[in-house]
Amino acid sequence: MTFKYDNVYINEVSTITGPYEKKGPLSNYFDKSYDDFYFGKNTWEEAESKILEDSVDLLLNKISKTKFDIDLFISGDLLNQITASNFAANNLKIPYLGIYSACASSVEGLIIASNMLEANQIKNCICSVSSHNNAAEKQFRYPVEYGGPKPKTTTFTTTGAASAYLSREKSKIKVESATIGIVNDLGIKDAYQMGAVMAPAIADTINRHLKDLKRDINYYDIILSGDLGIYGKAILKDYMKIEYGIELNKYEDTACMIYDLDKQPVYSGGSGPACAPLVTYSYIFDLMKKKKLTKVLLVATGSLHSTTSVNEKRSIPSIAHAISLEAII
Amino acid sequence: MEKNKYQDLVKKHTPKENRLYNGIIAFITGGIMGVIGQFLIEVYVSYLNISTKEAGTFMIITLIFIGCLLTCFGFFDKWVNFAKAGLFVPITGFAHAMQSAALDYKKEGLVTGIGACMLKLTGSVIIFGVVSAYIFGMIRLLIFGGNI
Repeated sequence: MTFKYDNVYINEVSTITGPYEKKGPLSNYFDKSYDDFYFGKNTWEEAESKILEDSVDLLLNKISKTKFDIDLFISGDLLNQITASNFAANNLKIPYLGIYSACASSVEGLIIASNMLEANQIKNCICSVSSHNNAAEKQFRYPVEYGGPKPKTTTFTTTGAASAYLSREKSKIKVESATIGIVNDLGIKDAYQMGAVMAPAIADTINRHLKDLKRDINYYDIILSGDLGIYGKAILKDYMKIEYGIELNKYEDTACMIYDLDKQPVYSGGSGPACAPLVTYSYIFDLMKKKKLTKVLLVATGSLHSTTSVNEKRSIPSIAHAISLEAII
Repeated sequence: MEKNKYQDLVKKHTPKENRLYNGIIAFITGGIMGVIGQFLIEVYVSYLNISTKEAGTFMIITLIFIGCLLTCFGFFDKWVNFAKAGLFVPITGFAHAMQSAALDYKKEGLVTGIGACMLKLTGSVIIFGVVSAYIFGMIRLLIFGGNI
């Protein structure tokens, strides 16, 4: 399912991160970074809601609007029942849609917003996502202070929140088209192998996107995947070649960009709903505004498991949504 | 792509864990833990005038306390991550696993948090420890009688 848009723009974005992202190579591109994991709150879950809310406040400040001017707030995160988003929405009091497709939530939000804007149902929208390393570790893996060794293929959930303001007013970043992905499952059961779980979903969505729009892979200046990590990246490149005969040359993975993989203790790279938008909204948008990149395909991908499904030894399904962004000269 | 073919592809790109290196590190750190334990026993025996058996219990309590305390200070996880089996097979690993769970859940309340979730990782160790102690105790009783 692919849509084309004529009149949807991302006017402004905001990015807030935690300490590990601050020490990473993109730290200068973020609007704000914290040195600890609590951000002045009592628990990690509250802290995640806080940065999500902060990122929306920061965004409203940047565009000189108040929350009463906003028609719709779409948000997602990793916590059970997406509580970070729900609690932030409770304070924001903007009409709200909570979404979940794990780490693909960011693009899912952008697609919903773009469709509603294109159909003239709303005049503007804020799309947000957040993730918090400690809150996610506690929920999905082991206690945070537990030091049991993890395999090298493990990814490290990013701490941060990213928000984007979309409207029909012309700006430098245009939402050009988008593809809604289908759920894939090639039988991987290991929750520490997220890259392997999600690579087929990304490949499938890229292929559908190119087919639907009759485009060649070289149409894009760069293809960005969300949170695959170094090993997942290698799997995707091979899989794409074998399964679809597509060579991924101008391709990067946001999980490998947000951290310094040689120096930081982040295993195979970043993950979490915030990973892809944090990199895209900061570093990639900067390149687009400087005209170094014009056509960008962002393919965010999410692993759709729960701790129960993994314990019950069911294989892990995954999904990827793609959105094509263009720099307007 | 077939599922098994994909699994082969994944296997090709899955990095090998460095077992020999990990084994050597665990061997050395585990050995150091043993030396520390023995040192504590000797100290307790000579200064507290107690039997070696009692000193052993004192030593275990000391190591549990240190494991818990260092976990609370926030850097023991990095040690365990480095030493691997050298630190989590000894009693320090049990203390560390229990304490880290307690820290995670303390804000969810005394009963619903710490009480219910403290043994999240270590509960199975206790359950299967007790069950296997019972089974092997019975085997010993049946084969050697109860007098050994």
